[in-house]
Amino acid sequence: MSSRHAQLAEQFNADEARTNWHDQTLWWVRQKRDRAANTLPEWEQLRQWASDIKDHTLSNLHAYLLEFEKNALANGVFVHWAKDAEEHNRIIYDILQKAGVDRIVKSKSMLTEECHLNPYLQKKGIDVVDTDLGERIVQFREEAPSHIVLPAIHLKKEDVSDTFHEHLGTEKGNNDPQYLTHAARLHLREKFIQSDIAITGVNFAIAETGGIVVCTNEGNADMGAHAARVHIACMGFEKIIPKAEHLGVFTRLLARSATGQPITTYTSHFHRPAPGKEMHIVLVDNGRSRQLGREDFRNSLKCIRCAACFNTCPVYRRSGGHSYHTAVAGPIGSILNPNLDMKANADLPFASTLCGSCSNVCPVKINIHEQLWKWRQVISAEGLTDPSKKMGMKLMAWVLARPAVYRFAGKAARWVTANLPFLVKNKTWNPWFKQREMPEAPKQSFQEWYKKQQRS
Amino acid sequence: MSSRNQILEAIKNAQPAIKPLPVLDYTVVTPIKELISSFEQFVKAVGGRVQLVDQSAALAQEIENARLEGKLILNRLNGLSSMDEISPDLTELEKLDRVYIRGSLGVAENGAIWVSETSMGNRILPFIAQELVLVLREEELVPTMHDAYQHIRINQEGFGVFIAGPSKTADIEQSLVIGAHGPVALTVLILKSGLAVPV
Repeated sequence: MSSRHAQLAEQFNADEARTNWHDQTLWWVRQKRDRAANTLPEWEQLRQWASDIKDHTLSNLHAYLLEFEKNALANGVFVHWAKDAEEHNRIIYDILQKAGVDRIVKSKSMLTEECHLNPYLQKKGIDVVDTDLGERIVQFREEAPSHIVLPAIHLKKEDVSDTFHEHLGTEKGNNDPQYLTHAARLHLREKFIQSDIAITGVNFAIAETGGIVVCTNEGNADMGAHAARVHIACMGFEKIIPKAEHLGVFTRLLARSATGQPITTYTSHFHRPAPGKEMHIVLVDNGRSRQLGREDFRNSLKCIRCAACFNTCPVYRRSGGHSYHTAVAGPIGSILNPNLDMKANADLPFASTLCGSCSNVCPVKINIHEQLWKWRQVISAEGLTDPSKKMGMKLMAWVLARPAVYRFAGKAARWVTANLPFLVKNKTWNPWFKQREMPEAPKQSFQEWYKKQQRS
Repeated sequence: MSSRNQILEAIKNAQPAIKPLPVLDYTVVTPIKELISSFEQFVKAVGGRVQLVDQSAALAQEIENARLEGKLILNRLNGLSSMDEISPDLTELEKLDRVYIRGSLGVAENGAIWVSETSMGNRILPFIAQELVLVLREEELVPTMHDAYQHIRINQEGFGVFIAGPSKTADIEQSLVIGAHGPVALTVLILKSGLAVPV
């Protein structure tokens, strides 16, 4: 079980050119983030404010949720509470049934992915159309999103062209992104207009006003929510912030961290349903209260889902989102998912080099790499690590505790790498060699070099 | 016990001792001196166009010209040209070539414009039209999002939105395409300071 990420990454790495493209493209997004962040001299202060606001909110969440509920109800919004994924899905199905609706449009919501809402509704005969372009592409292909901000980043335009040719009747072999996007625009505008119910996610929920904020670039959340008679917004309860003023901090950080844009195209503030319409908010726990009680992992709930940690992660960039086999991939997913199901996700905290780049770019200062390391300890204590990994670690500890053995092992490894390279460059005996080049063996160890320096 | 109470109870038991809410001292925020040039730069950067209007008759004239060209225009600017009714039929709205709407505030650091529900007339209007034109007065520019949230009351109306540029996506190989689901173009008309236009 705990080598699942490695196995799935191996499949992704089979196409070397594509892996390189994926790696470089996400690094380019990371660089755009850096440029945007560097234009603001107060960037670090903004991160600190965002972190402190979220820390405060988590420490007073009970009161803020009550305040939010009271104000949302006063705004004429229906408020629902779901303790788990199953209840979240049932609440939504009930709203659909009451409205007599069998087709809906949905904008991006990682929570509904986490709850597996689409398959649940489809089994009940509901037609669900994902309206974010990237999500529509992967939905046609019956795949999961591979990135929380760029859902189809694992695909090339040729793949999209084939998919649209099959589902939307676009010209075969026409790979022009402009042409393909236009085809999706026509297709989805029809869906927006026909749909009576729209589901959206939530980026921020404001306790003092009882309203929600949704951020998109495409305008799909707004097209859906305003065309429909009923708008359902789904959120994990950690999306609460205390005051409207705090939106100034978070809107300055979110898009710059995500894509390097100064702000998303649309930052939509929903407070009351339009005349004659209905608005629902579903507040979901699904393991979040458990995470809130874990002192070491609590502050993972500060996440604003910008995906900066994905784009910077050397492991994510080279292994692809699907290798994380969960709704939220990347470093943040690797500290959230063990809380949802420790056994099934025991591999994820190990899918990291612990380089700490994720923590450095995080706009709300989550200590992601430290939590990865702490999850490894919890998972090992629970006996959920791979036996071969456990053996390897024990052997390594034994060697590292014995300087003479360590020196001999180093010398032996250098000699073998230099003289019998076939023993090292062998995928069966040396799993490290899979998808990697082996380095040249140095002529001497650091210790040997250091001793020589002292003599001369 | 209801799910609501179970969740609230679990949160009460799990949340740590109270931590202080930070006081946001905005003096650390870098000031923007040239509001209009920064705003213009960012509207362009996010894919929009900026046009300065310095003659009071120019705006009404532009709308009339567009109508004469045979374009399907919907004007929501009060007191200018003639204000149009909004059809409740979405398939009609979907055909609109261009919509003119009054923005209430522009943000110099990112080119975003706050649009209130009242000025839209119908919430879907700024999203469904093929082209969007937003009108602002030069005096309505503020430096950053911090200033913006000091000026607006987000719950004054049922809905309000910051719009920065036309709708866009880069979901296919990170190639930027303007015109995802919303407008394919955004023009911001800025009325020069002191101009006597009744909008």
